[in-house]
Amino acid sequence: MWRDATLVAGRDLRVEARSRVTVNQVAPFALLVLILFAFALDPEGPVLERATPGLYWVTVLFSALLAIARSAKLDEADGVRDALRLSALDPAGVFAGKAVAVAAELVALELLLGAGVVVLYGADPAGVGLLVATCAAATAAVATAGTLYGALVSGLRVRETLLPLLLLPVLAPVLIGATRAFDAALGGVPADGWPWCGLLAAFAVLYSVAGALAYGTLLEGS
Amino acid sequence: MEPVVHLRDAVALLGRFPALAGVDLDVERGEIVLLRGPNGAGKTTVLRACAGLVPVVRGEARVLGHDLRRDIRPVRRRVGLLGHATGLFEDLTVADNVTFWGRAYRAGRADIEAALVLPGLATRLRDVPVARLSAGQRRRTSLACLLARRPELWLLDEPHAGLDHDARELVDRLVRQAVAAGATVVMSSHDLDRAEALADRVVELAAGTTVTGRPAGPVERAAPAVTSEPGAAPTAVTSEPDPAPTAVTHVA
Repeated sequence: MWRDATLVAGRDLRVEARSRVTVNQVAPFALLVLILFAFALDPEGPVLERATPGLYWVTVLFSALLAIARSAKLDEADGVRDALRLSALDPAGVFAGKAVAVAAELVALELLLGAGVVVLYGADPAGVGLLVATCAAATAAVATAGTLYGALVSGLRVRETLLPLLLLPVLAPVLIGATRAFDAALGGVPADGWPWCGLLAAFAVLYSVAGALAYGTLLEGS
Repeated sequence: MEPVVHLRDAVALLGRFPALAGVDLDVERGEIVLLRGPNGAGKTTVLRACAGLVPVVRGEARVLGHDLRRDIRPVRRRVGLLGHATGLFEDLTVADNVTFWGRAYRAGRADIEAALVLPGLATRLRDVPVARLSAGQRRRTSLACLLARRPELWLLDEPHAGLDHDARELVDRLVRQAVAAGATVVMSSHDLDRAEALADRVVELAAGTTVTGRPAGPVERAAPAVTSEPGAAPTAVTSEPDPAPTAVTHVA
């Protein structure tokens, strides 16, 4: 399974490196959203400072939708799904590989957005350990749930609109948990954030297992 | 010895539509069998059913010794399907694509390199993204992916379509080499002169059922006019009769 995951993750990341969609489209979109929030909420006022964790994660989720849709679309290309079904690849490995590739793109986006909130919103990252752990757990949660739901809507004509409709409610606990943990890390009491980080980790584990078990069936059904 | 493909009164559904309404087909190891018939006759569906991509819901269906209704996974790993769709990633180069699919099929590095060399892709086109290839070059790349796999059963759906003369010759040569190495081939083609020259035997399909079978050779080119509705059993085949089917031992 891990060999297959490495193969698929390498393919998805190579496609990304060649097409540069994340660099040229998703990253500018994410920064634009961050800047628009700053325009909408007075950058000098206290509202933006209080809302920084939520705005950061809302931006991450919106950007993640683009990355997930792009990842799902890769396997919808002309005959790729049939070729995957005929291959010797373990469906759980395909799922893991795709989730890892999405997670890698999200980590890059989160670093960029992190720099953005420090510069634009004046955020002060105090609890670095909690921030890193939250990012890791939330990224895994978003990537695994997103990959699973991306496969679920794959092949449907309305997939572009259906994916956010299905995925965003599912990711609501991730948004809440990551925002609370970031809130604690950015000026609050870091110890208060760790239970939320645990919730994110549990979510990631749940969707990793569900995805690994269900991906083969979704591959056959779509 | 058990045939490589054994279909008896096989019924397959595409959604709720009966794409195959009772196909009989036996293919022995090392044979090249051409499926012939008009559009909608079920040629592609037979090939996809043999690959385990279309479920057979009734009748007998065994491929490479495995029951397609129960045991699809081992079949899928041993067949190679060259269909209308290329299965290629547009942003990746020819070498990237062949390497990915080769590794996905558990091919070794030497097999992958050989697969690039055979269809003439190893030099000029190797590092060209698939998005920049012509239709014929994409077909060659798909063929290279198939070669990397080294399948026991080649399922070729219109393998000559979109190819120039040299590439068609190349396909024929590769098919003959594969058979010489022990593979079996089932194919469909509208390039009947070329396909029949390549095939050992022709099986005629119409409206999802087997009409007749005969050894490959010159025949009346007009496709049989079938008056039945798609999906129903053919009620009348009005074409001139082909030369008497002298060898129908594999076809009911």
